[in-house]
Amino acid sequence: MCLAVPGRVEAIEESVAVVDVGGATVRARLDLCPDAEPGEWVLVHAGFALEKVDEEYAQETLALFAELDEIKAALGQESP
Amino acid sequence: MSGLPKATGQMLERMVADCRGLAAKAADRLGGRVHLMEVCGTHSHAIARAGIRSLLGEAVRLVSGPGCPVCVTDAGQIDLCLELASRPDTILATFGDMVRVPGSQGTLAETRARGGSVKVVYSPMEAVKAAQEAPDRQVVMAGVGFETTAPTVACMVREADRLGLRNLSLLSAHKVVPPALRALVAAEEVALHGFICPGHVSVVIGSNAYRSIADEYGVPCVVAGFEPADILLAIRMLLQQVVDGDAKVENAYRRAVTPEGNRHAVEAMDSVFAVGEASWRGIGIIPGSGLLLREEWSAYDAMRRFALSAPEGYDHPACHCGEILRGARLPVECPAFGSACTPARPLGPCMVSSEGACAAEHRYQAA
Repeated sequence: MCLAVPGRVEAIEESVAVVDVGGATVRARLDLCPDAEPGEWVLVHAGFALEKVDEEYAQETLALFAELDEIKAALGQESP
Repeated sequence: MSGLPKATGQMLERMVADCRGLAAKAADRLGGRVHLMEVCGTHSHAIARAGIRSLLGEAVRLVSGPGCPVCVTDAGQIDLCLELASRPDTILATFGDMVRVPGSQGTLAETRARGGSVKVVYSPMEAVKAAQEAPDRQVVMAGVGFETTAPTVACMVREADRLGLRNLSLLSAHKVVPPALRALVAAEEVALHGFICPGHVSVVIGSNAYRSIADEYGVPCVVAGFEPADILLAIRMLLQQVVDGDAKVENAYRRAVTPEGNRHAVEAMDSVFAVGEASWRGIGIIPGSGLLLREEWSAYDAMRRFALSAPEGYDHPACHCGEILRGARLPVECPAFGSACTPARPLGPCMVSSEGACAAEHRYQAA
């Protein structure tokens, strides 16, 4: 139940963000994330924007994997 | 490898091989299996879906901890919800996950079928609206959830106050995660060599919140996101720490989690709640792990408003959720799993909530 879903802030109406979450429009209060602005990405949980997230970071994990692969290659470990 | 996303399948396969290699080294170093615990219902679900447990091999025992807020809600607390929902002048507002979880006296779904007033909400702000729309009735929000959810409920209480609502109150069963992890380590029922820390709880409290577990208890902690890749990365980082003899906090979910967390959310939580003891289903009383309404907000405390005292709840005698929530047993090691206890006829909370370890395991076992 702690799941929060990322979405893009489309507009802000009286400290409530209109957020596009995978094509669905949801309204999220900004009490916990007051500095979110249109165009930014937020995690939405229980009707609230929980935190801003950087869209670019979505690629971070995969980049780390690529790094690890390079490490593996350097160590001469075999792939399955 | 079924269940892993195809686009990155090859990368993940290599990652799994990497984890297996490290796991063998870590097990050698420990002289036995490496016990890692995930403490998040969404992680339980993702691990079961991707089949990560079996991918890691015998050197790692990946156990679920008390990471499903609904599952750790004491049966007695659910009994209180049932009692409130049964009152003719009261509406019990609750998150949907709670509706089918059995207390000692049945479930909210059963109470509703008998005419009780149970309103399922997605956001606690819907409880505010319900109270405005039914001024002649008392609305009680069943506050369940960890640090991810507690700030939103804190906002509900503040909003009720701002609006001068006198017919909305909170039955708080909110809990905080780090004290439970410390209690599990201190209990020494299971040797724990690393925690996969919950992603969205950590968005609020920050990765620094786990430092005492690493520093004082010597157990590595890695905050993880929710994709199989995120979880494997966290497992890899934990195994590396075990191999190196380290115990530190690392963050494998940096795209959402900072060391300090969300200041606004923590402030909202702290303004309304104070920490106190809480009873965790299957674990017992853990000091400093519960979020209780502060004295200045006690007018909104349902316990006071309705002069309630928490009854002692009891669980089904054949249910082993307690051991599962403490990491002492895997769902498949419960004699009732899949036979006497199924998602259609659950004996205990771990089989009910979609985030419960047993429900997750049951759903993907045959896949």
